[in-house]
Amino acid sequence: MSVARALPHDAAALHVTGAARYVDDIPTPAGTLHLAFGLSEVAHGRITALDLAAARAAPGVVAVLTAADLPFANDVSPSNHDEPLLATDTVHYVGQPIFAVVARSHLQARRAARLGRAGYAPLPAILSIDDALAAGSRFEDGPRIYEKGDALAAIAAAPRRVSGVIEIGGQEHFYLEGQAALAVPQEDGDMLVHSSTQHPTEIQHKVAEALDLPMHGVRVETRRMGGGFGGKESQGNALAVICAVAARQTGRACKMRYDRDDDMIITGKRHDFRIGYAAGFDTTGRIAGVSFVHHVRCGWSMDLSLPVADRAMLHADNAYLLPAARIESHRLRTNTQSATAFRGFGGPQGMVGIERVMDHVAHDLGMDPLALRRRNYYAAPSGGGAAAPPPAAPPASISGTMKAADAAQTTPYGMAVTDFELHAMTDRLVRSSDYEARRARVAEWNAVHPRIRRGIAFSPVKFGISFTLTHLNQAGALVHVYQDGSVHLNHGGTEMGQGLFQKVAQVAAARFGIDVGAVRITATDTGKVPNTSATAASSGSDLNGMAVQAACDTIRMRIAEVVGAAHGVPAAEVVFGRGAVRAGAAEIGFGEAVRLAYMARVSLSATGFYATPKLRWDRLRGTGRPFYYFAYGAAVTEVAIDVATGENRILRADLLHDCGASLNPALDLGQVEGGYVQGAGWLTSEELVWDAEGALRTHAPSTYKIPACSDRPEVFNVALWDGQNREDTVYRSKAVGEPPLMLGISAFLALSDAVASCGLGYPALDAPATPETVWRAIRRVRGEL
Amino acid sequence: MNITFLLNGETVTLNAVAPAATLLDWLREDRGLTGTKEGCNEGDCGACTVMVTDARGARALNACILFLPQLHGKAVRTVEGIAGPDGTLHPVQSQMIAHHGSQCGFCTPGFVVSMATAHLNRARDFNDQLAGNLCRCTGYAPIVRAAEAAAEAPVPEWIAPTDGCEVAPDPAIPRTADALAAAFAAQPDATLVAGATDVGLWVTKGLRDLGPVIFLHGCDDLAAISEDAGALHVGAMVDMNRLRAAVGGRYPAYAELLRRYGSQQVRGAATLGGNIANGSPIGDNAPALIALGARLHLRQGDMARDIAIEDFFLDYGKQDLRRGEFVTGVTIPHREAGVQCYKVSKRFDQDISAVCGCFSVTVADGVVQDARIGFGGMAGVPKRAAAVEAALTGQPWTAATLRIAEPAFAQDFAPLSDMRASAGYRMAAARSMLWRCHAETTTAPDAEADTVHSVLQVRA
Repeated sequence: MSVARALPHDAAALHVTGAARYVDDIPTPAGTLHLAFGLSEVAHGRITALDLAAARAAPGVVAVLTAADLPFANDVSPSNHDEPLLATDTVHYVGQPIFAVVARSHLQARRAARLGRAGYAPLPAILSIDDALAAGSRFEDGPRIYEKGDALAAIAAAPRRVSGVIEIGGQEHFYLEGQAALAVPQEDGDMLVHSSTQHPTEIQHKVAEALDLPMHGVRVETRRMGGGFGGKESQGNALAVICAVAARQTGRACKMRYDRDDDMIITGKRHDFRIGYAAGFDTTGRIAGVSFVHHVRCGWSMDLSLPVADRAMLHADNAYLLPAARIESHRLRTNTQSATAFRGFGGPQGMVGIERVMDHVAHDLGMDPLALRRRNYYAAPSGGGAAAPPPAAPPASISGTMKAADAAQTTPYGMAVTDFELHAMTDRLVRSSDYEARRARVAEWNAVHPRIRRGIAFSPVKFGISFTLTHLNQAGALVHVYQDGSVHLNHGGTEMGQGLFQKVAQVAAARFGIDVGAVRITATDTGKVPNTSATAASSGSDLNGMAVQAACDTIRMRIAEVVGAAHGVPAAEVVFGRGAVRAGAAEIGFGEAVRLAYMARVSLSATGFYATPKLRWDRLRGTGRPFYYFAYGAAVTEVAIDVATGENRILRADLLHDCGASLNPALDLGQVEGGYVQGAGWLTSEELVWDAEGALRTHAPSTYKIPACSDRPEVFNVALWDGQNREDTVYRSKAVGEPPLMLGISAFLALSDAVASCGLGYPALDAPATPETVWRAIRRVRGEL
Repeated sequence: MNITFLLNGETVTLNAVAPAATLLDWLREDRGLTGTKEGCNEGDCGACTVMVTDARGARALNACILFLPQLHGKAVRTVEGIAGPDGTLHPVQSQMIAHHGSQCGFCTPGFVVSMATAHLNRARDFNDQLAGNLCRCTGYAPIVRAAEAAAEAPVPEWIAPTDGCEVAPDPAIPRTADALAAAFAAQPDATLVAGATDVGLWVTKGLRDLGPVIFLHGCDDLAAISEDAGALHVGAMVDMNRLRAAVGGRYPAYAELLRRYGSQQVRGAATLGGNIANGSPIGDNAPALIALGARLHLRQGDMARDIAIEDFFLDYGKQDLRRGEFVTGVTIPHREAGVQCYKVSKRFDQDISAVCGCFSVTVADGVVQDARIGFGGMAGVPKRAAAVEAALTGQPWTAATLRIAEPAFAQDFAPLSDMRASAGYRMAAARSMLWRCHAETTTAPDAEADTVHSVLQVRA
């Protein structure tokens, strides 16, 4: 069967020969025009003057568009209608598009865009979390709070307590292919848009609004992206819409791609967080209660910040049964890029919060952090591992509540955890990574090496799978079987490198019992499958795989009825496999069966649809079941640091990740390996720096440092957990896109461990742990700060 | 300009080429070869990597900051020319597929070209060969596995090296230092282009019009390296890879600094003369050359002069360079004491220094006879640490002396805070480099010193 096979990515041969086409590679019609934005130079101000004469006069310029030139909706927000495509009277961040140049070449457009001159009357710029708190600048009227039990009382009554604050920096997506769109006018006012987007339906929707067309007047096609990571969930809207508007006005195809610096200056990034925490626990390390305050820097518009901040709250427990928990989340509005989706969607930040607590508590107790973590795990599903014991001395006043909560194994938002795989996974990883012996060797090394210290840490991942906006958990597919037995496959998911198309093709091939080579996967197209959700929340293969399976099964049943009738066998007993269809003793090739069905005038085309079951979620009250299931992972990372400079390096990583019954272990391993490195990069070398005027100073790879080849762990052992999803997902697989990113948290914790060896104090390491940040933490543990 | 070169084995002649037209734009927009990708347009991501071959061999270079005239007479191979004419995949391509080395695929053409160039050159140090190719999806491990799996395979016959092609001379591409001197004297406002790793960004990011341009890559006499009893002589047009090889025997720490200076693609293009002449306060050559007591050779028309390298850097963005004058080379006197070079940056490879410190300390009978110390990133110019040198000279080479010398850093430097590091951190890092230098060179190590000096020396 084609599922579970480690087949290459469907486009691998195109990738390595340079033949894979991205938006900017699509041959364009003669006369195609090129666009570039002119950007705000101030963080907050009223536009008092706009002189575009030089831009209009520049060589090759065909038109310069401002907000006044937009015929209909001036909005590219995915959520709140608060994001004008072109600024009207006020600018809200350095880099906000004010005008668009339409020119004969990309370079001419970029040159002319720099010739526009805006005058500003400055307004107070709110740049930092502190600025926003002081000004009361926020989305929603006040903080969102999720509570389980009385956390503050539990903390107050606990024998021991820790508290602190961690700053967690944002992250630039750095998809290698920048944002790009191409709009080609069609007859009768319709528009075809090629977009590098994770969300073709959203592009269709925003273009239709901007052109005052019904959605049927806009068709969006996405063959592939050169990386997305969440950065192309909403951030491609502006390019697609301005191209469509310019194409409508000029009657010519219009293309726009951001130069890398523009891309980094204009588009949103991962939200940076400040997390304050307090925890109460007993001397055995059992947590009694935890309280978090999340301060979330959302940037200037709402975009997807509310669900991002929600997901951070939903991962404030990670793998730990918290008898009492309180999570308070402030969504702050600042005059910076509008922070957006990024692989993990807030989950990583929430998880760093609780892992910091575990690290801090272990330090306070002088306990092995691994033992402390295991002590607080949720219970295994059916006697397969130890449950978290109740606190040794629970405070009398709330002990009843806590016991009930323990027994229920519920998250702070009231969802029962029934699939907790981490006990057995932890056992296996601790063994395979030789954690105990290596921890001892690290201590021996540190005893004799004053300048170069080592650290080692384990961290688990429990990540909730489903969109927390419940209605998004749906998907459609369209499958055609042609007379020659070849299969044309389409679904609502987009390909950004994760191998979704390959996985789904393997599902289709498995349903028909044919070779995967007989299945052709085609570009995502709003004209084929409508009303799709973004390819996001790791849901791509869960949702689209099921939708494709449903479509294939419809056709398969029709073929089975024809073949079965011909041989006097009930359709349900017709078997598809190895390229053949068997009915009783008879066996014919799949192609022959298809021809029989065609001759019998049976439809060989079908749609499929899937809606994730069992979900119910009240995001305002913070209760229910937002997730269909959890995906799990665990990591052990060892690092070395230079005490004098804070320079640091990952030496070894051992990863074990749960993909259920993997649809394609090679692609899943790739997600795990790559996710880890991306997560470790977020927490180490990737530092976003804004200056005092709110301008981003790290807006190119020369200044913003994602991991390079030599930054991957020198020893890198990656394995998949041999399991099955306990829920009825496609072939019992699990989603894999986001969860492995959070395995990188172990690298950050290992750095904290190494720093802790330098003195008596707690490192309280902030992220990203650049050399300078590590150096500061070393001074802190030595009492020099 | 009229330019001729080989493209995937085929002779291409272009007329009326704008001097600052980049190879990448031409490939994608004019030639329709879209396999070569634009990822950053500043030479940092490697998505546009092409193989360029001339008499010195094959190099991986970034097409985004390579001007078409720089290719005059050379051979270019793009990703479209890595597979054979009949579509047979190159071993690095088939291994990339077998090892799942591509995910989104956008960086893949650049990786494939870098890998094919390394394969041709029989290079196996893949961390370094691929340091200039960024991948955001895979975490690199499967790519390196693919490179290792392909390493033993024979070089396909269609990748056979070539010296390039015969071309007509062009006045904007002088072939000798004399011709350059004459051309520059006649046109002193011209922009000189050596490797274009800096000037390229003036064009792709600054969107500057360069005006008249003179290309230096034809001046073979400026690309010579020679050594005599007293010194190493390095021409201005020597690239960083050749310089690295030239200094590696005598000054391994300088060679390692040059490895980290930039990726293969950058090192294969960037020249010593360019790095000095543009006067960057964070160029990594200057601190090493200051510590080694190098002298800089300049020429203006028929007049030549030479100065101590540290005297060349006058102020931020201002060098002792006269109108119509250019750098011809550097003389690096042999220093018995050698040189210790340290670089602190957020990332080890392909990152600009927050601080770069280079030390050449001569010790006899336990006493510092002479100290030369150069720093980058600590001032508006690469700068000699004169006060620290004075505090060390004549003193015993001991921890006690270092403690006394430490305050002198504040006399030498008042660094800035920027996106790379704060002023306080820069000072601390600079001081720590002196301690590391001592620990690595003393014959009587301080009891508190480590036997390991860098995280790069630690193995898993």
